[in-house]
Amino acid sequence: MIVLNWLHWIRRHLVVFAAIAALFYMTIPNVIVLIFSFNQPKGRFNYSWNHFSLDAWTHPCDVGDMCTSVSLSLQIAVLATIGATILGTMVAFALARYRFRGRAPVTGLIWLPMAMPEIVMGASLGTLFLNMRIQFGFWTILIAHIMFCLSFVVTAVKARVMSMDPRLEQAAQDLYATPTQTFLRVTLPIAAPGIAAGALLSFAISIDDFIITQFNAGPSTVTFPMFVWGAAQKGLPVQVNVIGTLMFLVAVLCVVAGQLLGRTRKARS
Amino acid sequence: MAAISTAPAGAPTETPPVPPGRAARRRKLVPYWLLLPGILWLLVFFVAPMVYQASTSVQTGSLETGYQVTWHLATYWDAFKEYDLFYLRSLIYAGIATVLCLAIGYPLAYTIAFKAGRWRNVLLVMVIAPFFTSFLIRTLAWKTILADDGIVVSVLDKLHILNATAAIGLTSSDRVLATPLAVVCGLTYNFLPFMILPLYTSLERIDPRLHEAAGDLYARPFTTFRKVTFPISLPGVVAGTLLTFIPASGDYINAELLGSPSEQMIGNVIQSKFLTVLDYPTAAALSFMLMAVILVIVSVYIRKAGTEELV
Repeated sequence: MIVLNWLHWIRRHLVVFAAIAALFYMTIPNVIVLIFSFNQPKGRFNYSWNHFSLDAWTHPCDVGDMCTSVSLSLQIAVLATIGATILGTMVAFALARYRFRGRAPVTGLIWLPMAMPEIVMGASLGTLFLNMRIQFGFWTILIAHIMFCLSFVVTAVKARVMSMDPRLEQAAQDLYATPTQTFLRVTLPIAAPGIAAGALLSFAISIDDFIITQFNAGPSTVTFPMFVWGAAQKGLPVQVNVIGTLMFLVAVLCVVAGQLLGRTRKARS
Repeated sequence: MAAISTAPAGAPTETPPVPPGRAARRRKLVPYWLLLPGILWLLVFFVAPMVYQASTSVQTGSLETGYQVTWHLATYWDAFKEYDLFYLRSLIYAGIATVLCLAIGYPLAYTIAFKAGRWRNVLLVMVIAPFFTSFLIRTLAWKTILADDGIVVSVLDKLHILNATAAIGLTSSDRVLATPLAVVCGLTYNFLPFMILPLYTSLERIDPRLHEAAGDLYARPFTTFRKVTFPISLPGVVAGTLLTFIPASGDYINAELLGSPSEQMIGNVIQSKFLTVLDYPTAAALSFMLMAVILVIVSVYIRKAGTEELV
C-alpha cells in the first residue's frame, strides 16, 4: 500500500521533479565556477581540483590584461546600452503610437537582427568595415553592439507602451498639461519599466557578447569574453572564475534590490 | 472634451495657434523623425553589410591586390561541396539541442507558471541568473564537469552507458569531452533560457480555470495537457524553438571548447576563414548560405506550426 502511495505521489509530481532536474542542469556550471575560483590548479588550466587557495580572490588583477579587458567591456556595455536605449525607445514609441506608411517593413527590420545567427551579422559587418578600411577597435565594437541591442530595446519598450491606457494621457491634457508636461509627467514614468528592462537586457547582452565582437574587434582591442577565449587556448587563470562569480553576485544583488525597491514602493502607494 | 476623445488614441493634441493644416502635416512626420536615427543605424550597420557581404561572396582577388566583383559564383559551389558535411552537422546538432531544450525547458516553464506559487519569482531569477556569468566561463565549466576523470564519466562508464553511446557514435568509449555528446550538451545548456522564457510567458497567460474546466469534463491530467495546455502554449513553443535553433546553428563556441576537430560546425569554418585564413569571399559565401538555409527552414517551420504572430 505504502509503495503504491509513493508511486502515486511520484507520478503526480513528475513535472516538478523534471523541473528540479532542469534547474540543476542550469545551475551546476555556476557552482563549478564558484568552487574553482578557490582552486590552486596544478598546471596552466583550471579544470581539475588541486587544493584550496584564496590567491585569486586576493589578487584578482594579477594576470596580464584581464582587468583592462573587464573595464573595456564595462565601458562598451554602458555606452552601447545608452545608445541602444535612446534609439530603441524612439523607434518603439513610433511603432506603438502611430499608424504610418511603411510600418510593416520597419517592424520586419526590427525583428530581423533577432532572427539572424550572430555569426552572419558579425561576419557581414566585419566585411563592411574591412572594405571601407575602417580601423577595427573600440568604435567598431560599439557600433556593432548598439546595432544588435537596438531590437531588444524596441521589443521591450513597445510591449510596455502598447499596454498603456491612453486615457491617462487624455486625462492629463484635460487638466491643461502641455504635450511636453504630459510626456514627462505621465507617459515617460509609465513607460519607464519597459525602458529599464530594455536597458538591462542591452547591458547584459553587450557585456557578454563574444561572436559579433570577435569579428569586429581587431587584434589589439580585447574585451573580457575575448580575453577568456584567448586564455582558454593557452592557459586559464583562476582569476577568470573570480570575475565570473563577481559578475553573478552583482547581478543577483541588483535583482534582489530591484525586487525590494518595487515592494517598498508598492507598500507606500 | 469631445474633440479630444475622438482624436486617435494617445496621439498628442497640438496647441491651438498653429494652423490646422500645418499641424496635421507636422504630426504626420513625427513617427518618421522618431524612427530616423534607429532605422538609419540598422540600415547602415545591418542591411548594408548584408548586401555588401552578398557582393563580397562573388568577388575574386586577394588582400594585397584588392577584390573585384567578378560574379565568381563558383565560390558558392566550391564552398558548399567542401563544407556540406559541416552544414549538415550544424543543423543536426542544433536540431537535437532544440528538441532537448524543449524537453528540459517545458516542465520547468510549466512548474514555474502553475505550481510554483510564491516561489515563482525566485525560480524565474534562478532561470535568468546563470546568464549573468559570462557564457564562455560557464561553457568552460562543462570541461570540468565532463572531464575524463570526473564523476559524470565514471558513473556513465560504471553503468555501461558509455559503451552504448559509443556504439551509436555519440561518445567515445572512455570519454565524453571532444565528442558530439559534449557539444550537444553545451549547446542545450547555453540556449535553454531562450526556450524557457517564451514558454513561460505563453503558459503564464493561461487561465488556471481552463484546467479545472477540463477536469470537470472528466479529462485526465494528460488529456488536459494534450488538448488544452499544449495547444495554447504553441506560440511559446514556436518562439522558443526558433530562439534556440537559430543561434545554435550558427554557434562555434561549444564545438570549439567542448568538441574536437571532428565535431566542428559551419560556424567554426566561417570563423577560421574570416579571422585566420583571411579568405573573405568564401567566408561571405558560407555565411550567406547559412543565412539562406536558416531562413528557408524557419519559414517552412512557421508555416507548418501555423502561427504568424511571433512578435
